[in-house]
Amino acid sequence: MADRMRSRLRPPQMRLPFAVRMALRLVTLLLAVSFITFLLVGLSPIDPVQANVGQAAVATMSPERRAMLAEHWDVGVPILERYASWLGDAVHGDLGESLRFGRPVVEVVGERLQSSALLLGASSLISGVVGLALGVLAGVRAGTRLDRVIRGYCYVLSAAPTFWIALVALMVFAVYLGWFPVGFSVPIGSAGEVSLAARLHHMVLPAAVLSLTGVANIALHTREKTVDVLASDYVRLARTRGEGTWTLVRRHALRNLVLPALTLACAQMSEIVGGSVLVEQVFSYPGLGQAAVTAGLGGDAPLLVGIALACTVLVFAGNLIANLLYGVVDPRMKGETLHVA
Amino acid sequence: MLPDRLSSRAAQAAQPPHALQPDTLSAQPTHTVAPREGRTLFHAPERQGVLSGRRALLASALIAAVVLVAIALVGYLVQDHANATDFMARLLAPSLEHPFGTDWMGRDMFARTMAGLAASLGVGVLAAAASSVVALVLALASALGGSRADAVVSWLVDLIMGVPHLVLLLLVSYALGRGATGVMVGIALTHWPSLTRVLRAEMLQTLEEPYLRSLPALGVPNWRIAVFHLLPHVLPQYVVGLILLFPHAILHEASITFLGFGLSPEQPAIGVILSEAMGYLTAGAWWLAVIPGVALLVVVLLFDRIGSCVRRLIAPEGVQL
Repeated sequence: MADRMRSRLRPPQMRLPFAVRMALRLVTLLLAVSFITFLLVGLSPIDPVQANVGQAAVATMSPERRAMLAEHWDVGVPILERYASWLGDAVHGDLGESLRFGRPVVEVVGERLQSSALLLGASSLISGVVGLALGVLAGVRAGTRLDRVIRGYCYVLSAAPTFWIALVALMVFAVYLGWFPVGFSVPIGSAGEVSLAARLHHMVLPAAVLSLTGVANIALHTREKTVDVLASDYVRLARTRGEGTWTLVRRHALRNLVLPALTLACAQMSEIVGGSVLVEQVFSYPGLGQAAVTAGLGGDAPLLVGIALACTVLVFAGNLIANLLYGVVDPRMKGETLHVA
Repeated sequence: MLPDRLSSRAAQAAQPPHALQPDTLSAQPTHTVAPREGRTLFHAPERQGVLSGRRALLASALIAAVVLVAIALVGYLVQDHANATDFMARLLAPSLEHPFGTDWMGRDMFARTMAGLAASLGVGVLAAAASSVVALVLALASALGGSRADAVVSWLVDLIMGVPHLVLLLLVSYALGRGATGVMVGIALTHWPSLTRVLRAEMLQTLEEPYLRSLPALGVPNWRIAVFHLLPHVLPQYVVGLILLFPHAILHEASITFLGFGLSPEQPAIGVILSEAMGYLTAGAWWLAVIPGVALLVVVLLFDRIGSCVRRLIAPEGVQL
């Protein structure tokens, strides 16, 4: 069925090489996302001048100064024209100037991306490992109480709002137990160099909370696959050779399970980036997500566009890695695009 | 069509895992029975009695639905009470008089939580319903509109899925000047892709059936095929997908409100309550953060319960396993 559906889209002989197709897809995606973002931001009734300077300042400002600021923020220029000029600059790597931070968007996004990337990478990894472990455990012990507990845990986890988990974790581990700092990525008041240990210490709680987002999905998928693998003929043969359950898992099942779990962990980038907006907000972690909220609340249109593009690239990269990994797991899937819902 | 059990089982097995399930929340296995020793093809059905199999599913779906309606009603009724301040009763821990405690303005958290849940339910249900209609229309266009329409829809799906939901919601909400409309439109515009994909695949599969392939040759117009043949066929998937959209919509509404883009801060909403609770974390007022969150979790789980029950009722192969 899948083949038939695909062939409806494009006859196979017209296929371009995988890399070219992916590059084309990324470019069109970025174009579309930037245009839509521009459109949405342009539609907004929020006045960028007022949002940035403050209502009182606008009222007391001289008309000339107001006009100058309005011109600076491109108020009143038709949206298509604005988009065209932005696109012209963007091709040269200039995404404009952030109104809120007063620095080039590329700089702000790059800086925020750096601190977010650590968080995103760590939580993808944690969710992959924990999800795999829970899934294998539940699958091996399928039908037992342990299985039910793990499934129930995943079930509740996927239903719980991320920001609420973050709040509760902050309350329990940072406020009551005092194991972790209450927020920020570095100790408050410290400027310049901060030790790696301090940075990691600040990252543990946000990364742990963020990783919970992905655990449930990976664990449930892994569980299903574990059940399938353990019911297969080759596992039955291995059993007749006298291999114990955990030897079986180590020798036969894990090989079939590690890469799908990893793939899922990458393909979930969209969820994780979305979750990071919430988690970073709760923990005051100065990452991309927090910048998105700041930009949105402050009417910082250029930064919003830059962040939307950065998020798109992150999600695309996650999916691409997932695709490539899928080709490694299953050679039949090579060059096909994978959809992980 | 008289599919015998074996072939329908095989067809089900041939589908990709979780083909019916639009998203993470619903990644519940349909078959939860473990391979067990000594089981033959002719085993007795496992549970017998008044509350077994389909009846149990129906009952549990109905109970969940009744609870949800009750929450919405209570929330609607206590709306006026939710903003009543009483500075004599500030930051009280949960007690019999105030089961969920009070906040720093002495407002009763039970009333606020219920009113907040009702607001979230309203926004979520409306937005999810709108989103599901978008999904249905796009899936129809994709299945019947020829390869070009199909390519456009697929591209749109990829586009929306390529941007994190929350970021997109944030942008739409910003575009509409924040507020309830912004959230609703945002959710309606962002939650359709996975359902579209499910419905489209189902429709394309159905269209390959001989009795449907013969229709265009007989001169039956597309709209007739859509209305009389495709829609009835995908209705079960649509209903399940719709129910499973609700919890996502509600969670996203709460999240975006929490960030300050959704419902206005004057309104009692779960997102507002929780973002206010942020300021009282260090003050030891745990009930401000914990209880409303648990309430939201319960609502989401109830919707999920209904969804998975309805799904199993519609796909009855697994019930007797």
